[in-house]
Formats: sequence, C-alpha cells, structure tokens
Amino acid sequence: MPGTDPPGPGRAGGQPPRRGSGELEAAVLQVLWAAGRALNPGEVQAALAARDGAAARLSYSTVVTILSRLHAKKTLKRRRAGRAFSYSPAADEAGLAARRLAAMLDREPDRQAVLSRFVAELSDRDEQLLRSLLDDSGPGAG
Amino acid sequence: MTAGRGPADVRLAVYLPLLLPALFAPLAGPLSERLNPRYATWLLTGAAAVLAACSTLALALLLASAVVRIPVVASLGHLSLAVLGPDKTYRIAIGMLAGALLCAAALAATAFVIRRYRALSDAYREARYLPGSEQTVVIDDRSAVAYALPGWPGRVVVTAGMLEALDESGRAALLAHERAHLSGFHYLFTSAARLAAAANPLLRPAARAVEYTVERWADEHAANVVGDRCLVAHAIGRAALAATAHRPRRALPAALGMVFSGARSAAHAAGPIPRRVAALLAPPPPRRLALLAVVLALTLLAGLCALQAANELQDLLSLASTY
Repeated sequence: MPGTDPPGPGRAGGQPPRRGSGELEAAVLQVLWAAGRALNPGEVQAALAARDGAAARLSYSTVVTILSRLHAKKTLKRRRAGRAFSYSPAADEAGLAARRLAAMLDREPDRQAVLSRFVAELSDRDEQLLRSLLDDSGPGAG
Repeated sequence: MTAGRGPADVRLAVYLPLLLPALFAPLAGPLSERLNPRYATWLLTGAAAVLAACSTLALALLLASAVVRIPVVASLGHLSLAVLGPDKTYRIAIGMLAGALLCAAALAATAFVIRRYRALSDAYREARYLPGSEQTVVIDDRSAVAYALPGWPGRVVVTAGMLEALDESGRAALLAHERAHLSGFHYLFTSAARLAAAANPLLRPAARAVEYTVERWADEHAANVVGDRCLVAHAIGRAALAATAHRPRRALPAALGMVFSGARSAAHAAGPIPRRVAALLAPPPPRRLALLAVVLALTLLAGLCALQAANELQDLLSLASTY
C-alpha cells in the first residue's frame, strides 16, 4: 500500500527514489537468483549497488535486515560462513511462485474471497451443463 | 403528536427496517440475472448497505426505548416515566432481544472487518512481492488458474496451464476480464456487501448476488474489449473445463468445503459459471426499470422508517424531559 514505506534507513549519497520494503526484498531475491550461489550480506550489497547504480546504495545493516526478514519468512536459507551468514534462495523463482500459488489457493475462504478468480472448478452437474451450452452455441465449441 | 399516539407509530416505523431485508433477499437473485450487471452491482451493494444500516439503527432504537424506561436511567436523565408510558414486560423482553442482536451484529461486523483487512493487506503485499514489474505475472504451472490480486498496483496472475488452454482471443478476453476487476475496484463492492451481510445475515443472498454481478460486469467489459460476447462465453467455458481437468493441489479442508458447496448447489440452480456463459450467449441484458424501482422503493422505505423511528424516540424523550 502506498504511504507505508519505511523511511529508507541508512542510505548514503544523493536522494535515491523511495522504495518499499517489498520492493527491496524482491530486489535482494533477484540478486540471489542471478548469483546462483550463496552470498554474504557484503556481496549482496555490492551486487545491488552494481545493479541499481551507486545512488541506490543501501547500508550494510539494511541489507542484513532484509536478508534476515526473508530468512524468517523461509524464502531464504542460510548457513554460517566465517563470522557472517551466507544466504541462498529456498527455491528458484518459478518454483517459489508456484509454491506461493498453491499456498494462495489453499488459504482460508475469507483470504481467497479477495482474489477475483476467472473460473473456479466445476461440479459434475455444472460441467455437463457447460458442455451442452457450448455445444449448442456452434462455432468455437471445444 | 401526543404521547398516547406515539408508541404505535414508533413500533411500525421501528419494525419495518427489520422486516424489509427479508423482502429484499428473494429479489437479489433475479436482479443479479436480469439487470445490466454494472447497475445491478451498484444497486445491490447500495441497497444492502442502506438496509444493514437501517436495521442496525432500528435495533439500537428498540434497545434505547427499553433502557430509558428503566426507573434508575429515567431518573438519572430527568425523564418522566408517566410520559414515557408503563414499563411493560414485553417491552423489556424486546429491548433485551434487540440488545443481544445488536451485540451479535457488532461482533460479526468487527470480526469481518478485521479478517477482510488482513486478507486485503496480504493481497497488497503479495502483489508487490510477485516477480517482475509487469501487471500480468505468468506462473509456470500445469494447473489452469487465473486471478486478479488487489494491490497498488493490482496484479493479474495466470498459470502457463491456463494460457495453453486458451487461444489468442481467449487470452485477450481473460486479461480484459481480470483487468476490469482491478480497474473497477470490484473487491470494494464485494467487501461492502459482505460487511452488510455480517451485520444482518438476512442480506447474505444480496452479498452472494454482488459476488456474481461483479463477475458478470467483468465478463461484459471483456466482451466490449474483444468485441464478441460469444467469444468470451467460449473462453470462460474452456477455462473452466481446463481448471476442472487440472485441479491444483488442495488441502483437505478446502476439498471438504467443495464437496459441501457442490452438494448444496446441485440441489438448487446451476452454478455461477454455466450461468455466466448462458448470460453471454443470450442477448445483452436490458435495463429493467420496474425491478430497479421496486428495490429503490424498498431501500427508501427502510431509510425513511428508520429516520421516522429515530425522530419519534427523540420527540418522546424531549417531551418526557420537559416534565
């Protein structure tokens, strides 16, 4: 939602465009997917700066915050490498999206109610009705 | 007005807003089928909101008129019990019943608002978090699923399985349908109607009707965009058959829910998808002024009665306080 962005902690230099935490999380995820291996927070910070330009540079602590938040959501897995943790995605982009889809459809009815689904699955009776409707209406009937 | 004539009028005016939702309920289904879906959505949502507000106000008035007759309350408010009339047992019973219903309505409405707020903020977060920056997100999955995710901006999620099931024009129809949900903020209509139904369960048929009319509204919008209602009907039909053939993985409670809802809908009329397809294959829905007028009259009557009842109580109280 607009207006709920955190006030961009610890950004150095210039006036970078304000970005929401969801957007930052997505950017961090994309960097990790692109890397194809586990990265520590310093490497993520450098990769983000290389990707978005130095003006959008995030502080080390912001990157650590985002990484631990994603780890808490089980989107990332981490293992200790020296003094810091190194992070890698828990699933690749497509796998993650598919898992989120399944999670979305398994949600309680009230959470599903805000999704406007194009079609839902048919009951046997509705399937018969639908087939006869489409057959009767001629061209393009499948 | 005299105090002696007052109570009879109060009773009629205060009870009508409680009865009118019951008259409105059987009209909701026919309205959703026979009226242009855009007008039907506005009319049903508006009528449900007004009727819920009026019936809640009527309950509050019944409770208040019983409470002011409690001697302690009357003496605290410097009200004359002689003017207010005798404290009959039935009046206390009605007041208590109205109070209980009012509490139930307030609790149900609050619980609904909290749940819906959480669901919407989840959807907003999800919409921001989905990969890419395009409005449409394609997910590489065999199941045939498509939905609009409310957000800022909202997103349209489609699986590869759904895209495969449709031809070029079918995909255009699907995208136009989902975009119509997002650009028309249809989730606000369905949420408002559900809130009204939470406050007054007699309005549940109206809420279900609104959930159907926003689908019809998006269907007709898609038909305008692709320029062919028959084509949209076939796209919906194919998509539904594909969704049924490749059901996505489901948790047990959802599967159980489907069995029960399936059993219910089989006993009654056809489900929403055959009805949507049939509506698109038939000529465009006309404007039925008579139906529209009946619902507007019911809503207006409820509003006037609730206001009248509130005025009567206020008059009675000001009369009682002058003694």
